[in-house]
Amino acid sequence: MSLPDWTSGGAGLVVQRCASCGATWYFARSLCPRCGTDSPESRPSTGAGTVVAVTVVHRAPSDEWRPFAPYTLALVDLEEGVRVMGHAEPGVAIGDRVVVRFDRRAERVVPVFEVRR
Amino acid sequence: MSFLAGSAVTSFGAHPGRSTLDLMAEAASAALADAGLERGDVDGVVCGYSTTHPHVMLSTVFAEHFGLQPRFATALQLGGATGVAMAMTAHLVIEAGGAERVLVVAGENRLTGQSRDSAIQTLAQVGHPVYEVPLGTTIPAYYGLVASAYLHEHGAREADLAELAVLMRRHAGGHPGAHFREPVTVDDVLGSRPIAEPLKLLDCCPVSDGGAAFVLTRRPVNDHSLALLGAGQGHTHQHISAAPSLLRYGAGPSARTALAQAGLGLERVRYAAVYDSFTVTLALLLEEIGFAPPGAAGRMAADGYFSTAGAVPLNTHGGLLSYGHCGVGGAMAHLAELHRQMTGRAGARQVPGELDVGLLHGDGGVLSSHVTLVVGRP
Repeated sequence: MSLPDWTSGGAGLVVQRCASCGATWYFARSLCPRCGTDSPESRPSTGAGTVVAVTVVHRAPSDEWRPFAPYTLALVDLEEGVRVMGHAEPGVAIGDRVVVRFDRRAERVVPVFEVRR
Repeated sequence: MSFLAGSAVTSFGAHPGRSTLDLMAEAASAALADAGLERGDVDGVVCGYSTTHPHVMLSTVFAEHFGLQPRFATALQLGGATGVAMAMTAHLVIEAGGAERVLVVAGENRLTGQSRDSAIQTLAQVGHPVYEVPLGTTIPAYYGLVASAYLHEHGAREADLAELAVLMRRHAGGHPGAHFREPVTVDDVLGSRPIAEPLKLLDCCPVSDGGAAFVLTRRPVNDHSLALLGAGQGHTHQHISAAPSLLRYGAGPSARTALAQAGLGLERVRYAAVYDSFTVTLALLLEEIGFAPPGAAGRMAADGYFSTAGAVPLNTHGGLLSYGHCGVGGAMAHLAELHRQMTGRAGARQVPGELDVGLLHGDGGVLSSHVTLVVGRP
Protein backbone atom coordinates (compact mmCIF):
# COMPACT_ATOMS: atom_id res chain seq x y z
CA MET A 1 0.00 0.00 0.00
CA SER A 2 1.43 3.39 -0.92
CA LEU A 3 2.03 6.04 1.74
CA PRO A 4 -0.12 9.20 1.83
CA ASP A 5 1.71 11.74 -0.33
CA TRP A 6 0.61 15.30 -1.07
CA THR A 7 1.88 14.98 -4.67
CA SER A 8 -0.89 12.43 -5.28
CA GLY A 9 -3.54 14.14 -3.15
CA GLY A 10 -2.78 12.55 0.23
CA ALA A 11 -1.97 14.23 3.55
CA GLY A 12 1.69 13.30 3.92
CA LEU A 13 5.29 14.02 3.01
CA VAL A 14 7.26 11.02 1.79
CA VAL A 15 11.04 10.76 1.75
CA GLN A 16 13.30 8.01 0.44
CA ARG A 17 16.24 6.23 2.03
CA CYS A 18 18.89 3.93 0.59
CA ALA A 19 19.16 0.69 2.54
CA SER A 20 22.71 0.24 1.31
CA CYS A 21 24.44 3.58 2.01
CA GLY A 22 21.91 5.36 4.22
CA ALA A 23 21.47 8.39 1.95
CA THR A 24 18.12 10.16 2.23
CA TRP A 25 16.41 12.37 -0.35
CA TYR A 26 13.05 13.84 -1.38
CA PHE A 27 12.35 13.51 -5.12
CA ALA A 28 11.13 9.92 -5.60
CA ARG A 29 13.23 7.73 -7.90
CA SER A 30 14.10 4.10 -8.40
CA LEU A 31 17.77 4.26 -7.44
CA CYS A 32 20.00 5.93 -4.88
CA PRO A 33 21.53 9.12 -6.35
CA ARG A 34 24.61 8.65 -4.16
CA CYS A 35 25.59 4.98 -4.55
CA GLY A 36 23.29 3.81 -7.35
CA THR A 37 21.65 0.96 -5.42
CA ASP A 38 18.17 0.03 -6.70
CA SER A 39 14.89 -0.08 -4.82
CA PRO A 40 15.21 2.58 -2.11
CA GLU A 41 12.61 2.47 0.65
CA SER A 42 9.95 5.16 0.95
CA ARG A 43 8.98 6.31 4.42
CA PRO A 44 6.67 8.96 5.87
CA SER A 45 8.27 12.15 7.19
CA THR A 46 7.34 13.56 10.57
CA GLY A 47 6.93 16.89 8.73
CA ALA A 48 8.99 18.69 11.36
CA GLY A 49 12.01 20.78 10.45
CA THR A 50 13.70 24.16 10.23
CA VAL A 51 13.11 26.97 7.72
CA VAL A 52 16.18 27.79 5.59
CA ALA A 53 14.63 30.14 2.98
CA VAL A 54 11.38 32.12 2.62
CA THR A 55 9.71 34.13 -0.12
CA VAL A 56 6.33 35.83 -0.38
CA VAL A 57 4.89 35.46 -3.88
CA HIS A 58 2.91 38.51 -4.97
CA ARG A 59 2.93 37.89 -8.72
CA ALA A 60 1.15 34.54 -9.10
CA PRO A 61 1.82 32.47 -12.21
CA SER A 62 -1.79 31.74 -13.19
CA ASP A 63 -5.49 32.43 -12.61
CA GLU A 64 -5.76 29.43 -10.28
CA TRP A 65 -3.11 30.87 -7.94
CA ARG A 66 -4.04 34.59 -8.16
CA PRO A 67 -6.80 34.45 -5.49
CA PHE A 68 -4.24 33.10 -3.00
CA ALA A 69 -1.58 35.80 -3.55
CA PRO A 70 0.33 36.95 -1.66
CA TYR A 71 1.35 33.49 -0.41
CA THR A 72 4.45 32.37 1.43
CA LEU A 73 6.78 29.64 0.13
CA ALA A 74 9.62 28.15 2.15
CA LEU A 75 12.43 25.67 1.92
CA VAL A 76 12.47 23.50 5.04
CA ASP A 77 15.16 21.09 6.24
CA LEU A 78 13.21 18.15 7.65
CA GLU A 79 14.39 16.11 10.62
CA GLU A 80 14.98 13.21 8.21
CA GLY A 81 17.78 15.23 6.63
CA VAL A 82 16.07 16.25 3.39
CA ARG A 83 15.11 19.69 2.10
CA VAL A 84 11.56 20.28 0.86
CA MET A 85 9.64 23.20 -0.64
CA GLY A 86 6.20 24.01 0.67
CA HIS A 87 3.78 26.77 1.49
CA ALA A 88 4.19 28.41 4.89
CA GLU A 89 2.13 30.50 7.23
CA PRO A 90 2.63 34.26 6.76
CA GLY A 91 5.45 35.60 8.90
CA VAL A 92 7.50 32.40 9.01
CA ALA A 93 11.20 33.28 9.11
CA ILE A 94 14.56 31.61 8.48
CA GLY A 95 15.56 29.59 11.54
CA ASP A 96 11.97 28.95 12.68
CA ARG A 97 11.20 25.39 13.76
CA VAL A 98 8.10 24.35 11.86
CA VAL A 99 5.79 21.40 11.31
CA VAL A 100 3.69 20.57 8.29
CA ARG A 101 -0.06 20.45 7.87
CA PHE A 102 -1.96 19.96 4.63
CA ASP A 103 -4.39 22.42 3.03
CA ARG A 104 -6.37 22.46 -0.18
CA ARG A 105 -5.21 25.39 -2.33
CA ALA A 106 -5.70 25.96 -6.05
CA GLU A 107 -7.66 22.69 -6.20
CA ARG A 108 -4.89 20.50 -4.89
CA VAL A 109 -3.37 19.37 -1.62
CA VAL A 110 -0.29 21.36 -0.62
CA PRO A 111 2.03 21.11 2.39
CA VAL A 112 1.84 24.21 4.62
CA PHE A 113 4.48 24.73 7.28
CA GLU A 114 3.58 26.47 10.54
CA VAL A 115 5.69 27.41 13.53
CA ARG A 116 5.89 24.66 16.18
CA ARG A 117 4.42 25.71 19.51
CA MET B 1 42.11 27.99 -29.48
CA SER B 2 39.33 29.70 -31.36
CA PHE B 3 38.57 33.34 -32.08
CA LEU B 4 35.54 35.55 -31.59
CA ALA B 5 35.60 37.25 -34.98
CA GLY B 6 32.19 38.88 -35.06
CA SER B 7 29.27 39.63 -32.78
CA ALA B 8 25.98 41.44 -32.89
CA VAL B 9 22.99 42.13 -30.73
CA THR B 10 19.65 43.58 -31.84
CA SER B 11 17.92 46.16 -29.74
CA PHE B 12 15.96 44.47 -26.93
CA GLY B 13 12.41 45.40 -26.01
CA ALA B 14 9.16 45.05 -27.95
CA HIS B 15 9.49 43.96 -31.57
CA PRO B 16 5.84 43.27 -32.45
CA GLY B 17 5.38 41.13 -35.53
CA ARG B 18 8.95 39.80 -35.50
CA SER B 19 9.33 36.04 -35.10
CA THR B 20 12.09 33.97 -33.53
CA LEU B 21 13.56 33.32 -36.99
CA ASP B 22 13.29 37.01 -37.96
CA LEU B 23 15.28 38.06 -34.88
CA MET B 24 17.82 35.25 -35.34
CA ALA B 25 18.37 36.21 -38.99
CA GLU B 26 18.80 39.91 -38.14
CA ALA B 27 21.42 39.11 -35.52
CA ALA B 28 23.18 36.53 -37.72
CA SER B 29 23.49 38.94 -40.67
CA ALA B 30 24.90 41.64 -38.41
CA ALA B 31 27.41 39.27 -36.77
CA LEU B 32 28.64 38.06 -40.16
CA ALA B 33 29.03 41.68 -41.29
CA ASP B 34 30.96 42.43 -38.10
CA ALA B 35 33.28 39.50 -38.83
CA GLY B 36 33.66 40.53 -42.47
CA LEU B 37 32.42 37.14 -43.61
CA GLU B 38 29.67 35.97 -45.98
CA ARG B 39 26.97 33.41 -45.35
CA GLY B 40 28.83 31.02 -47.66
CA ASP B 41 31.85 31.10 -45.34
CA VAL B 42 29.89 29.49 -42.50
CA ASP B 43 30.45 25.75 -42.07
CA GLY B 44 28.99 25.30 -38.59
CA VAL B 45 25.80 26.44 -36.84
CA VAL B 46 25.09 26.35 -33.11
CA CYS B 47 21.66 27.39 -31.86
CA GLY B 48 19.77 27.23 -28.57
CA TYR B 49 16.01 27.14 -28.13
CA SER B 50 13.08 29.54 -28.21
CA THR B 51 10.01 29.25 -26.00
CA THR B 52 7.91 30.90 -28.72
CA HIS B 53 9.25 28.56 -31.41
CA PRO B 54 9.64 25.19 -29.72
CA HIS B 55 11.30 22.71 -32.08
CA VAL B 56 13.41 19.59 -31.66
CA MET B 57 15.85 20.72 -34.41
CA LEU B 58 16.20 24.49 -34.18
CA SER B 59 19.70 24.62 -35.69
CA THR B 60 18.65 23.06 -38.99
CA VAL B 61 15.37 25.00 -38.98
CA PHE B 62 17.47 28.15 -38.80
CA ALA B 63 20.10 26.93 -41.28
CA GLU B 64 17.40 26.25 -43.86
CA HIS B 65 15.72 29.60 -43.18
CA PHE B 66 19.00 31.50 -43.49
CA GLY B 67 20.22 29.54 -46.52
CA LEU B 68 23.04 27.55 -44.93
CA GLN B 69 24.12 23.94 -45.43
CA PRO B 70 26.69 23.52 -42.65
CA ARG B 71 28.85 20.46 -42.03
CA PHE B 72 28.25 20.80 -38.30
CA ALA B 73 24.98 21.79 -36.60
CA THR B 74 23.54 21.41 -33.13
CA ALA B 75 21.12 23.08 -30.73
CA LEU B 76 21.44 23.02 -26.99
CA GLN B 77 19.44 23.81 -23.89
CA LEU B 78 20.92 25.01 -20.63
CA GLY B 79 18.47 27.69 -19.60
CA GLY B 80 20.03 31.12 -19.16
CA ALA B 81 23.51 29.66 -19.56
CA THR B 82 22.68 28.42 -23.06
CA GLY B 83 24.18 31.34 -24.97
CA VAL B 84 27.52 31.01 -23.18
CA ALA B 85 27.43 27.23 -23.59
CA MET B 86 26.77 27.70 -27.32
CA ALA B 87 29.93 29.80 -27.66
CA MET B 88 31.86 27.18 -25.65
CA THR B 89 30.49 24.40 -27.87
CA ALA B 90 31.51 26.27 -31.03
CA HIS B 91 34.96 26.78 -29.49
CA LEU B 92 35.33 23.06 -28.73
CA VAL B 93 34.04 22.03 -32.17
CA ILE B 94 36.57 24.33 -33.84
CA GLU B 95 39.39 23.03 -31.66
CA ALA B 96 38.38 19.47 -32.53
CA GLY B 97 38.40 20.23 -36.26
CA GLY B 98 34.65 19.83 -36.71
CA ALA B 99 34.22 23.22 -38.36
CA GLU B 100 36.25 26.37 -39.07
CA ARG B 101 33.72 29.21 -39.08
CA VAL B 102 30.78 28.68 -36.76
CA LEU B 103 27.71 30.88 -36.56
CA VAL B 104 26.27 30.97 -33.03
CA VAL B 105 22.81 32.52 -33.07
CA ALA B 106 19.72 33.02 -30.92
CA GLY B 107 16.59 35.13 -30.96
CA GLU B 108 13.12 35.12 -29.49
CA ASN B 109 9.99 37.26 -29.44
CA ARG B 110 9.58 36.31 -25.79
CA LEU B 111 7.74 39.53 -24.91
CA THR B 112 5.28 39.99 -27.77
CA GLY B 113 5.03 36.39 -28.97
CA GLN B 114 3.01 35.15 -25.99
CA SER B 115 1.01 36.34 -23.00
CA ARG B 116 2.85 37.41 -19.85
CA ASP B 117 1.26 34.52 -17.93
CA SER B 118 2.43 32.09 -20.61
CA ALA B 119 6.02 33.34 -20.39
CA ILE B 120 5.98 33.11 -16.58
CA GLN B 121 4.50 29.60 -16.59
CA THR B 122 6.89 28.32 -19.27
CA LEU B 123 9.92 29.61 -17.39
CA ALA B 124 8.69 28.24 -14.04
CA GLN B 125 9.01 24.76 -15.58
CA VAL B 126 12.72 24.76 -14.75
CA GLY B 127 11.31 23.86 -11.34
CA HIS B 128 10.28 20.34 -10.41
CA PRO B 129 7.01 19.34 -12.15
CA VAL B 130 5.80 17.24 -9.20
CA TYR B 131 7.38 18.76 -6.08
CA GLU B 132 7.72 22.50 -6.89
CA VAL B 133 5.63 23.80 -9.82
CA PRO B 134 2.28 22.57 -8.34
CA LEU B 135 2.92 24.90 -5.37
CA GLY B 136 2.39 27.96 -7.61
CA THR B 137 6.06 28.73 -8.12
CA THR B 138 7.63 31.23 -10.50
CA ILE B 139 11.23 31.93 -11.44
CA PRO B 140 11.24 35.02 -9.18
CA ALA B 141 9.94 32.79 -6.34
CA TYR B 142 12.88 30.40 -6.69
CA TYR B 143 15.28 33.35 -6.68
CA GLY B 144 13.33 35.01 -3.86
CA LEU B 145 14.09 31.93 -1.75
CA VAL B 146 17.75 32.20 -2.73
CA ALA B 147 17.77 35.92 -1.92
CA SER B 148 16.32 35.36 1.55
CA ALA B 149 19.12 32.92 2.38
CA TYR B 150 21.74 35.27 0.91
CA LEU B 151 20.56 38.29 2.92
CA HIS B 152 20.18 36.23 6.10
CA GLU B 153 23.61 34.60 5.89
CA HIS B 154 25.66 37.64 4.89
CA GLY B 155 23.80 40.35 6.76
CA ALA B 156 23.47 42.27 3.50
CA ARG B 157 20.52 44.60 3.05
CA GLU B 158 17.94 44.79 0.28
CA ALA B 159 19.39 48.25 -0.42
CA ASP B 160 22.74 46.60 -1.19
CA LEU B 161 21.15 44.41 -3.84
CA ALA B 162 19.33 47.46 -5.20
CA GLU B 163 22.70 49.08 -5.96
CA LEU B 164 23.26 46.45 -8.64
CA ALA B 165 19.98 47.33 -10.35
CA VAL B 166 20.90 51.02 -10.18
CA LEU B 167 24.29 50.31 -11.79
CA MET B 168 22.83 48.19 -14.60
CA ARG B 169 20.29 50.92 -15.37
CA ARG B 170 22.99 53.57 -15.44
CA HIS B 171 24.99 51.47 -17.88
CA ALA B 172 21.93 50.86 -20.05
CA GLY B 173 21.49 54.63 -20.34
CA GLY B 174 24.55 54.62 -22.57
CA HIS B 175 23.22 52.02 -25.01
CA PRO B 176 20.52 52.96 -27.51
CA GLY B 177 19.44 49.31 -27.84
CA ALA B 178 18.56 48.78 -24.17
CA HIS B 179 15.03 47.83 -23.13
CA PHE B 180 15.04 50.25 -20.16
CA ARG B 181 17.25 53.37 -20.08
CA GLU B 182 15.66 55.78 -17.58
CA PRO B 183 17.88 56.07 -14.48
CA VAL B 184 16.60 54.58 -11.23
CA THR B 185 17.65 55.14 -7.63
CA VAL B 186 17.99 52.74 -4.70
CA ASP B 187 14.72 54.16 -3.35
CA ASP B 188 13.03 53.45 -6.71
CA VAL B 189 14.15 49.82 -6.49
CA LEU B 190 13.11 49.46 -2.85
CA GLY B 191 9.77 51.13 -3.58
CA SER B 192 8.91 49.10 -6.68
CA ARG B 193 6.13 46.58 -6.23
CA PRO B 194 6.99 43.29 -4.56
CA ILE B 195 7.20 40.30 -6.93
CA ALA B 196 8.60 37.51 -4.75
CA GLU B 197 9.91 39.02 -1.50
CA PRO B 198 12.58 40.07 -0.90
CA LEU B 199 12.72 40.71 -4.69
CA LYS B 200 10.90 43.73 -6.05
CA LEU B 201 10.09 44.52 -9.68
CA LEU B 202 13.35 46.38 -10.25
CA ASP B 203 15.37 43.49 -8.78
CA CYS B 204 14.08 41.40 -11.70
CA CYS B 205 15.11 41.47 -15.35
CA PRO B 206 12.36 42.21 -17.86
CA VAL B 207 11.02 39.84 -20.52
CA SER B 208 12.18 41.17 -23.90
CA ASP B 209 12.20 40.44 -27.62
CA GLY B 210 15.63 40.36 -29.21
CA GLY B 211 18.40 38.41 -30.84
CA ALA B 212 22.17 38.01 -30.71
CA ALA B 213 24.83 36.18 -32.70
CA PHE B 214 28.56 35.47 -32.85
CA VAL B 215 30.96 34.14 -35.43
CA LEU B 216 33.75 31.96 -34.03
CA THR B 217 36.65 31.04 -36.29
CA ARG B 218 39.75 28.83 -36.26
CA ARG B 219 42.03 31.77 -37.10
CA PRO B 220 41.71 35.54 -36.62
CA VAL B 221 39.95 36.92 -39.70
CA ASN B 222 40.04 40.64 -38.92
CA ASP B 223 41.73 43.16 -36.63
CA HIS B 224 39.05 42.85 -33.97
CA SER B 225 39.15 39.09 -33.37
CA LEU B 226 39.49 38.03 -29.73
CA ALA B 227 40.94 34.72 -28.56
CA LEU B 228 38.93 32.29 -26.42
CA LEU B 229 41.60 31.33 -23.92
CA GLY B 230 39.66 29.14 -21.53
CA ALA B 231 36.23 27.63 -20.92
CA GLY B 232 34.66 25.84 -17.98
CA GLN B 233 31.35 24.57 -16.68
CA GLY B 234 29.87 23.52 -13.33
CA HIS B 235 26.52 21.83 -12.67
CA THR B 236 25.42 21.01 -9.12
CA HIS B 237 21.64 20.43 -9.36
CA GLN B 238 18.56 21.27 -11.41
CA HIS B 239 15.97 22.16 -8.75
CA ILE B 240 16.61 24.61 -5.92
CA SER B 241 15.07 22.12 -3.45
CA ALA B 242 17.94 19.75 -4.33
CA ALA B 243 20.80 22.27 -4.41
CA PRO B 244 23.69 21.13 -2.19
CA SER B 245 23.98 24.69 -0.81
CA LEU B 246 21.93 27.89 -0.96
CA LEU B 247 25.08 30.02 -0.83
CA ARG B 248 27.60 28.36 -3.16
CA TYR B 249 26.80 26.88 -6.55
CA GLY B 250 28.77 25.80 -9.63
CA ALA B 251 30.10 29.26 -10.50
CA GLY B 252 33.35 28.96 -8.56
CA PRO B 253 34.41 25.62 -10.08
CA SER B 254 33.34 26.78 -13.56
CA ALA B 255 35.33 30.02 -13.36
CA ARG B 256 38.37 28.32 -11.86
CA THR B 257 38.41 25.77 -14.70
CA ALA B 258 38.21 28.50 -17.34
CA LEU B 259 40.89 30.66 -15.72
CA ALA B 260 43.23 27.67 -15.20
CA GLN B 261 42.82 26.72 -18.85
CA ALA B 262 43.70 30.28 -19.82
CA GLY B 263 46.66 30.22 -17.43
CA LEU B 264 45.45 33.45 -15.83
CA GLY B 265 44.47 34.54 -12.35
CA LEU B 266 41.24 36.39 -11.64
CA GLU B 267 43.24 39.54 -10.85
CA ARG B 268 44.14 39.73 -14.57
CA VAL B 269 40.49 40.19 -15.59
CA ARG B 270 39.85 43.78 -16.70
CA TYR B 271 36.24 43.42 -17.86
CA ALA B 272 33.45 41.28 -16.39
CA ALA B 273 30.32 40.09 -18.19
CA VAL B 274 28.22 38.30 -15.59
CA TYR B 275 24.68 36.92 -15.76
CA ASP B 276 22.21 39.09 -13.88
CA SER B 277 18.67 37.71 -14.14
CA PHE B 278 18.02 39.16 -10.68
CA THR B 279 20.10 41.44 -8.48
CA VAL B 280 20.75 38.50 -6.15
CA THR B 281 21.96 36.38 -9.08
CA LEU B 282 24.56 38.98 -9.93
CA ALA B 283 25.65 39.37 -6.30
CA LEU B 284 26.03 35.62 -5.77
CA LEU B 285 27.94 35.10 -9.01
CA LEU B 286 30.31 38.05 -8.51
CA GLU B 287 31.06 36.81 -5.01
CA GLU B 288 31.42 33.12 -5.84
CA ILE B 289 33.69 33.83 -8.83
CA GLY B 290 35.75 36.02 -6.53
CA PHE B 291 35.18 39.56 -7.80
CA ALA B 292 33.73 40.52 -4.40
CA PRO B 293 33.84 39.11 -0.86
CA PRO B 294 30.67 37.35 0.38
CA GLY B 295 27.84 39.84 0.86
CA ALA B 296 29.83 42.80 -0.52
CA ALA B 297 28.95 43.00 -4.24
CA GLY B 298 26.22 45.61 -3.81
CA ARG B 299 28.32 47.89 -1.63
CA MET B 300 31.24 47.60 -4.08
CA ALA B 301 28.89 48.56 -6.91
CA ALA B 302 27.82 51.61 -4.91
CA ASP B 303 31.49 52.52 -4.47
CA GLY B 304 32.09 52.44 -8.23
CA TYR B 305 34.17 49.27 -8.40
CA PHE B 306 32.06 47.85 -11.28
CA SER B 307 31.44 51.16 -13.08
CA THR B 308 32.83 52.10 -16.48
CA ALA B 309 35.71 53.91 -14.78
CA GLY B 310 36.04 51.33 -12.00
CA ALA B 311 38.54 48.54 -11.39
CA VAL B 312 36.42 45.87 -13.09
CA PRO B 313 33.77 47.35 -15.41
CA LEU B 314 30.71 45.11 -15.45
CA ASN B 315 27.97 44.63 -18.06
CA THR B 316 28.43 48.08 -19.58
CA HIS B 317 25.43 47.54 -21.89
CA GLY B 318 23.09 47.29 -18.88
CA GLY B 319 22.91 43.52 -18.45
CA LEU B 320 19.75 41.47 -18.33
CA LEU B 321 18.39 43.82 -15.66
CA SER B 322 18.20 46.77 -18.06
CA TYR B 323 19.40 45.88 -21.57
CA GLY B 324 16.84 43.10 -21.26
CA HIS B 325 16.36 39.35 -21.41
CA CYS B 326 15.10 37.63 -24.55
CA GLY B 327 16.03 34.11 -23.44
CA VAL B 328 19.07 32.49 -25.02
CA GLY B 329 20.18 35.80 -26.56
CA GLY B 330 20.14 37.50 -23.16
CA ALA B 331 23.56 36.37 -21.97
CA MET B 332 24.90 36.62 -25.52
CA ALA B 333 24.43 40.39 -25.33
CA HIS B 334 26.99 40.33 -22.50
CA LEU B 335 29.57 38.77 -24.82
CA ALA B 336 28.74 41.11 -27.70
CA GLU B 337 29.38 44.06 -25.37
CA LEU B 338 32.59 42.48 -24.04
CA HIS B 339 33.70 42.12 -27.67
CA ARG B 340 32.97 45.81 -28.34
CA GLN B 341 34.75 46.96 -25.19
CA MET B 342 37.85 44.78 -25.55
CA THR B 343 38.33 45.85 -29.17
CA GLY B 344 37.87 49.56 -28.48
CA ARG B 345 34.62 49.82 -30.44
CA ALA B 346 32.15 50.72 -27.70
CA GLY B 347 31.84 54.38 -28.69
CA ALA B 348 30.61 56.65 -25.91
CA ARG B 349 30.49 53.65 -23.53
CA GLN B 350 34.14 52.80 -24.13
CA VAL B 351 36.00 51.83 -20.97
CA PRO B 352 39.32 53.68 -20.75
CA GLY B 353 42.61 51.78 -20.68
CA GLU B 354 43.82 48.47 -21.99
CA LEU B 355 41.23 45.69 -21.68
CA ASP B 356 43.32 42.66 -22.45
CA VAL B 357 41.44 39.99 -20.49
CA GLY B 358 37.69 39.56 -20.06
CA LEU B 359 35.52 37.00 -18.29
CA LEU B 360 32.00 35.95 -19.27
CA HIS B 361 29.81 33.92 -16.93
CA GLY B 362 26.33 32.50 -17.58
CA ASP B 363 23.90 30.80 -15.19
CA GLY B 364 20.92 28.61 -16.08
CA GLY B 365 17.97 27.23 -14.13
CA VAL B 366 18.10 28.29 -10.49
CA LEU B 367 21.87 28.72 -10.25
CA SER B 368 21.91 25.15 -11.57
CA SER B 369 24.17 25.35 -14.63
CA HIS B 370 27.25 27.50 -14.99
CA VAL B 371 29.46 28.26 -17.97
CA THR B 372 32.49 30.57 -17.98
CA LEU B 373 34.63 31.85 -20.84
CA VAL B 374 37.93 33.73 -20.56
CA VAL B 375 38.68 35.94 -23.53
CA GLY B 376 41.86 37.80 -24.45
CA ARG B 377 43.57 39.80 -27.13
CA PRO B 378 45.34 37.43 -29.54
